[in-house]
Amino acid sequence: MTEGLITLALILVKLGMVFFVLLSGAAYLVLIERKLLGRMQLRYGPNRAGPGGMFQPLADAIKLITKEDLIPAQADKVIFFVAPGLATLTALLAFAVVPFAPPMTVFGREVPLVVCDLNIGVLYFLGLSSLAVYGVALGGWASNSKYALLGGIRSLAQLLSYELAMGLSLVPVVLMARSFSLTDIVLAQQNLPFAVLNPLAFLIFLISVAAESKRIPFDLPEAENELVAGFHTEYSGMRFGLFFVGEYINMMILGAMVTVFFLGGWQGPWLPPILWFLLKVLAVAFLFIWMRATLPRLRYDQLMHFGWKVLIPLSLVNVLITGAVLLAMQN
Amino acid sequence: MILWRDIKGTVQPFWVTLRNLLRRPVTVQYPEEQRALPVRTRGRIVLTRDPDGGERCVACYLCSAACPVDCISMQAAEALDGRRYAVWFRINFARCIYCGLCAEACPTLAIQMTPEFAFCKDDPLDMVYEKENLLIDHGGKDQEYNFYRHAGIGVVNPRGGNDDEDPPLDAKSNLP
Ligand code: SF4
Ligand code: SF4
Repeated sequence: MTEGLITLALILVKLGMVFFVLLSGAAYLVLIERKLLGRMQLRYGPNRAGPGGMFQPLADAIKLITKEDLIPAQADKVIFFVAPGLATLTALLAFAVVPFAPPMTVFGREVPLVVCDLNIGVLYFLGLSSLAVYGVALGGWASNSKYALLGGIRSLAQLLSYELAMGLSLVPVVLMARSFSLTDIVLAQQNLPFAVLNPLAFLIFLISVAAESKRIPFDLPEAENELVAGFHTEYSGMRFGLFFVGEYINMMILGAMVTVFFLGGWQGPWLPPILWFLLKVLAVAFLFIWMRATLPRLRYDQLMHFGWKVLIPLSLVNVLITGAVLLAMQN
Repeated sequence: MILWRDIKGTVQPFWVTLRNLLRRPVTVQYPEEQRALPVRTRGRIVLTRDPDGGERCVACYLCSAACPVDCISMQAAEALDGRRYAVWFRINFARCIYCGLCAEACPTLAIQMTPEFAFCKDDPLDMVYEKENLLIDHGGKDQEYNFYRHAGIGVVNPRGGNDDEDPPLDAKSNLP
């Protein structure tokens, strides 16, 4: 009885911590991004709220909550309400399978530092990231505005196309690790991270991840010049904020995924594993921010062209080559 | 070759933004650091006086006519010496777009733009400035100019007696 209670308590604590770190991480990622973008464009970025702009996320939250929340008269109310939550929820759920450190011993029992170590973690992750499109597409549709609808459709097409490249670039990883479980994949990178073993897959995954998280230069669902704002045109206040937070949680998830699949997860010398994991996730996040500061938005046809005619064939070829090399090594 | 150009064009900018991280931002931290604005900045509007301390404005309505948003209004009157002046003069700064057309139109250099721009209020009615709020006690950008020393009916000098004026012509004297 008490055994079960302790297990339950440990799981709850673990869940709470993951939740807390993820949400506050997303909030401060916004601040870090704004600061870094500022510096890269020779500005300071937010520096008014609190020392060095520390309380900016709080100020933003207060602003978003107290803002007027508009609902278009002809909107599909239920879906309109649900869509932003869906966008955030799918992003949050994906973190369930991410291992962030090797198992730890608490009260004489082994606690795996992952919310749920699925043996098909890769598939779970891919499935959830395809679900993420629902939040955006439904949000665009429920607003009953042509601009929002167009934004939703664009993101639908974009996310679906890059989903393929992403899935295909994970096949070599699964081949090399011989497992679908994320923990096993991390353990398989004991000697060399897969980014070094298979740089092509790494690159393809990185690009499709940037497209999946709808970040510049792939932020076409939002293209404010053509679409006013995109799928969230009709959203305001905290409802818009949820889309926004979802995007940043997504960025952390995808950063964690890049870390797990290609950068060797929590493994690294000297530092404690969890720190290594965090550092790697932040490094990926920095890369995305850097990319945003540097590259202009792609045109829509260029985006589709790049996805279908370059990334997907390339990742298919990569699957073949990796398979051939692994086979040759076996014999 | 085109591929090479594309790759170079994609990779090179990353170096530029990374380098910027180490450079000092060029931002002026506004409320603490205030830049001295150029005199030609179009900020709050004032009514100036001529070197003798008289009001420059002759209530000709030219500024009011030139204003694209119709935010200037006034009432003209005539003093005992025949000089025109504005009984009241009103600018609604809540509507003004600071285009400077009024200052451009003014023949007497009465209405002028100043570099002051930080004077917003909570209540739009507080942005309506009356003549006593607008009138300052110097000549603004041109301290010397006095309209009545160059033109106008004999207010300062007898008619035609100004420096660059010819005496009035007696039309009957040059009949054929
Ligand atoms: S600056 Fe332009 S808008 Fe303002 S009062 Fe003068 S003419 Fe009108
Ligand atoms: S301010 Fe200048 S333009 Fe306007 S009424 Fe007076 S003299 Fe005329």
